[in-house]
Amino acid sequence: MTELQRLRDAFRTALDLPADAPVDDLRYQDNEKWDSLAHMSLVATIEDEFAVMIDTDDVINMSSFTEAVRILGKYGVDVK
Amino acid sequence: MSVALITGASRGIGRAAAHRLAEQGYDLILHGHGAAGVAETAESLAGKYGVTVVAGSGDIADPQTSKALVRLAFENFKRLDALVVNAGTHAAGMLGMTGDDVIARLFAVNAAGAAYTLQNAVRLLARGENPAVVLTASVTGTQGAAGQAVYAASKAAVEGLTRSAAKELGPRGIRVNAVAPGFIATDMLDSLDEAGRAARIADTALGRLGTAEDVADVITFLLSTQARFVTGQIVGVDGGLTL
Repeated sequence: MTELQRLRDAFRTALDLPADAPVDDLRYQDNEKWDSLAHMSLVATIEDEFAVMIDTDDVINMSSFTEAVRILGKYGVDVK
Repeated sequence: MSVALITGASRGIGRAAAHRLAEQGYDLILHGHGAAGVAETAESLAGKYGVTVVAGSGDIADPQTSKALVRLAFENFKRLDALVVNAGTHAAGMLGMTGDDVIARLFAVNAAGAAYTLQNAVRLLARGENPAVVLTASVTGTQGAAGQAVYAASKAAVEGLTRSAAKELGPRGIRVNAVAPGFIATDMLDSLDEAGRAARIADTALGRLGTAEDVADVITFLLSTQARFVTGQIVGVDGGLTL
């Protein structure tokens, strides 16, 4: 499984979305399931999946799937 | 094996708490303002209790310091079960004689530093087992004290942080409490003169200054599962000073 697939699955799991739900264009609070509580769950899921510890500033800035891809790059995870 | 992070652990209450937790088998991440003091504490605890102790240092008023500490916890243990937010600074002086720099520093360390530490540790704590936080407040935060208005205000902020965090983090299984020491025989009392110390002892029902170990024992209790239904409390450790 590629890093991109793993990240997509992390989003679907944390936000309780269907297994085939499109997530690449998701933005924070645009989807009713991605609220502030779900955001913390999402970050924990991503941290577990990729074995990284994301700084608070990056947690706050993780406002979209695209941004999550960029932020993970800072931690050595090349999502593609 | 449980893992605890303690800030302000190179002396006083933080150091005593580190001893108590190491005695109970906790692996530790210890913070001190200066690298030398906390490294010495870490080395002695690891040798004495056979636990893993990692040391970090820096100004807790700088959010980068607590970020680095939490990263140390993650890199070494991948988890955090207990957090003791203890790093603090003390300055006494009548309100009209307290400079801007002292006011800024008291709030930067005691209030903002505590908030940064808790904020940065929460996500790792959420992965812990029976996760719990204890902050070090002060009897002055609720009672006030002439000559300590700004210090008291900065510690009152810790109480607000404690109660609000307890409400916010309770649903995630994280308990948050504080100890409010009375007059404890630590370096931070050095800013009081002898007459001031004697007056404080006279006001204390048990007739003595507290020890760092008196406070550390309550911290250890609040972190333990014996306190599993206790959260959002400010527990006085003051020998009856507030009666």
